[in-house]
Amino acid sequence: MNALRVFVVMVGMLALVSLASAKEAVPLADDPELEKQVNEITAELRCLVCQNQTIADSHADLAIDLKNQVREMVKSGKTQKEINDYMVQRYGDFVLYRPAMKPSTMLLWAGPFILLVIGLTVLVINLRKRRALVKDEGDLSTDEQQRLKTLLAEQRAEEEKS
Amino acid sequence: MLRYIVPLVVFLGVAGFLLKGLDLNPREVPSPFIDKPAPDFTLQKLLTPEVQFSNKDMLGKVWLLNVFASWCVACRSEHPLLVQLSRANLVPIYGLNYKDAPSDAKNWLQQLGNPYTASLIDYDGKVGIDYGVYGVPETFVIDKQGVIRHKVIGPVTPAALDNCVLPLVKKLQEAAPQQVIKRTEVEGCV
Repeated sequence: MNALRVFVVMVGMLALVSLASAKEAVPLADDPELEKQVNEITAELRCLVCQNQTIADSHADLAIDLKNQVREMVKSGKTQKEINDYMVQRYGDFVLYRPAMKPSTMLLWAGPFILLVIGLTVLVINLRKRRALVKDEGDLSTDEQQRLKTLLAEQRAEEEKS
Repeated sequence: MLRYIVPLVVFLGVAGFLLKGLDLNPREVPSPFIDKPAPDFTLQKLLTPEVQFSNKDMLGKVWLLNVFASWCVACRSEHPLLVQLSRANLVPIYGLNYKDAPSDAKNWLQQLGNPYTASLIDYDGKVGIDYGVYGVPETFVIDKQGVIRHKVIGPVTPAALDNCVLPLVKKLQEAAPQQVIKRTEVEGCV
């Protein structure tokens, strides 16, 4: 009897959990194709309020307004570039997740490649140095070769003696 | 020796950037509107809805446009300073009542005092979007030619008012009608 009661309570709790995770209704345009386009465009735009989310992801008030704005602009036939320009005009380059290529962003774009080149150069230089080091150790001068021979000969002679 | 110096220099470089980063405010997005003409709008006035107001009405005058809303907590903390500023009669302050119910805004002004020469109803936030508003309160300084010269993001502090906004306003007011004065000319604004 007790087990049954526990079971009922648990099922009840599970039902509550499923209720809690039910999603809020998202305002959707009637046209799924349009909505897809709006999502693609807003996924490239940074939400100004919650700065590490895209406008597509964000539920901030401003993000919802901007999404509606983008929806209207797509409806009226604006291209993605026109919409991006509209946003940059208002919020600066900051809204773009892909910064534009221009003189002030050159370092940003080229930076990783410059670092890569520096890293590879350092690696190559170090490897060459190490190889030269190994080669140096391998080459004995004639004097040293002579000493090596005598040492080896001495050792052999001692081994034979014992 | 070099093998110790190189990592040390790299470390100091990184540490320097991180240290500088502590002082930066990531919420402060450089506004693309500085030194650009203020976007045009025509809106109803909050207290006299039958009267329209356009930013063009203010050509020839230096004015402040303060974006506020009754739901905005930071606006409440900023408000006494604005009331004080309006009493000093140095510069007209216009309020952009952003995404707010007019009745709420009226109550708010009645309770806390009304520093605005006029408040304008931006119920759907469209003008706010045109002005790139993302964090209420925001305050724009607009010159005689209708060009935005400065923008304060978040509540105006007494320090920002005394060091930047008021000196800038004074300079702009003293300027000839077509003279260009940038905020970089005021030490406290940079």
